[in-house]
Amino acid sequence: MRWFRLRAVPVISVLLALIVVWYVAAVWMNSQWTLDQAARAETTPGFTEIVKDTMVQERPKLPAPHQVAVSFYDLVFDKKVTSKRSLVYHAWVTLSATLFGFAIGTGLGIALALGIVHNRAMDMSVMPWAIASQTIPILAIAPMIIVVLNSIGITGLVPKAVISAYLSFFPVVVGMVAGLRSPDAMQLDLMKTYNASATQVLFKLRLPASMPFLFASLKVGIAAALVGAVVGELPVQQGGLGARLLGGSYYGQTIQMWAALFMAAILAAVLVFIVARVEAGVLKRMGMAR
Amino acid sequence: MDDQNKVIAARNLDLVFPTSDGDVHALSNVDLEVNKGDFVSFIGPSGCGKTTFLRCIAGLETATGGTLSVNGMSPEEARNARAYGYVFQAAGLYPWRTIGKNIQLPLEIMGFDREERESRMKRVLQLVDLEGFDGKYPWQLSGGMQQRASIARALAFDADILLMDEPFGALDEIVRDHLNEQLLKLWARTEKTICFVTHSIPEAVYLSTRIVVMSPRPGRITEVIESPLPRDRPLDIRDSAAFIEIAHRVREGLRAGHGDDV
Repeated sequence: MRWFRLRAVPVISVLLALIVVWYVAAVWMNSQWTLDQAARAETTPGFTEIVKDTMVQERPKLPAPHQVAVSFYDLVFDKKVTSKRSLVYHAWVTLSATLFGFAIGTGLGIALALGIVHNRAMDMSVMPWAIASQTIPILAIAPMIIVVLNSIGITGLVPKAVISAYLSFFPVVVGMVAGLRSPDAMQLDLMKTYNASATQVLFKLRLPASMPFLFASLKVGIAAALVGAVVGELPVQQGGLGARLLGGSYYGQTIQMWAALFMAAILAAVLVFIVARVEAGVLKRMGMAR
Repeated sequence: MDDQNKVIAARNLDLVFPTSDGDVHALSNVDLEVNKGDFVSFIGPSGCGKTTFLRCIAGLETATGGTLSVNGMSPEEARNARAYGYVFQAAGLYPWRTIGKNIQLPLEIMGFDREERESRMKRVLQLVDLEGFDGKYPWQLSGGMQQRASIARALAFDADILLMDEPFGALDEIVRDHLNEQLLKLWARTEKTICFVTHSIPEAVYLSTRIVVMSPRPGRITEVIESPLPRDRPLDIRDSAAFIEIAHRVREGLRAGHGDDV
């Protein structure tokens, strides 16, 4: 009961408020089309009729929540998961690129951070480039990556994963550099009094000390990787939630777009949740969670 | 060297730190010899170079002039030979290691095998009265217990010299008294040579066989006071006339070194 009051009530209240706002917005945005149709048929609908109509349009500007929910249920549970109409299929396409890209990005990020911390030349040179890489709009660079990789015969999963990695390596670099440098002068001096080698300092002090930083970065990184995969799917149109989003906008299928959007949001939430669970487990095993 | 008893010998030691504000003369003309089994305290105001001198002995700083030998070797060689254990002001235990694992840290780095590490860890925990705490994490211990664990860590690899940089500076007076008493017992039992940096006159007088009074700008030794107190010292020795007399001399020494600064 206490859990319900403290945890569930605030979440549910906010959710309800959002749904109310959404319904009001749907009525407001879709009513123009209802009025136009009525004007063409030379009728004057009453308020109730207008509201009713805004809830059931086939291609509304803003689909009502229940329309999205019904479509989502249909696309997730009533289609075979191997069907190209199934959202589960498209989510899997996106997820595989996300995870592949996240793995590359995390590996690259950790490797760069190790280089930055241990090598003065890299310390001076890598970070500005890493920051510059993130100032380029991903929408601009994604098609170029796909075209370039395509021209050397690489298609399918890899180009999308590269874009995912491009977005997800950055938080990992920043977090890990901070984490590897988090031991203070005293702790480094202590290691020096033992004549510890750089490798020993890395494995016994710097890496364990950087774990909380790493997980904070991974949570940002995995969400960024998902965005990268979705953006990578936009120009290709070979499945995935990104393809569904763009396809929906081509054909005015707003309900389908919103369903895909929700799938992407749920996927992101699940991925971040998994990273958070792993974090809790690891820190607990390390004795750093109290 | 010629005298086996001399553990630390500094002659005309100079250390200048270049800073953007001009050179800082951290140590000037420091001459000191520490004999085996001595308990030497370094006392003086901030900036007098007491910690810097300790760091020179440890090879964490390198003097810019003069000579310094530790066990007849250069400080770096002595460090390689595990001549000393260093205790910092903060315990600096790793939060991701249990107390036992923290104490084994230097042993792991120095390549002791598992069995040896375990037995040494048990032995030094006993020395600092922390038997049975090896499975606890640092945050489960009080500040005083954490500092005792860090002393155990410095003792684990059997260095002859213990360098202590204000180890009890962050603790309250009651805990500090208790730890001072324990440290003396530890010193008597292990026969280590201890160099101890402190801000506190009673602490310096209570613990030391010799008290080195230092003063700042430039950091230098102004007086070395030999303590006539017996090695076996109960806490209430601090009310004796001899104790008060030495404390007075230390205070006078500090005042003289301070000049018109205060």
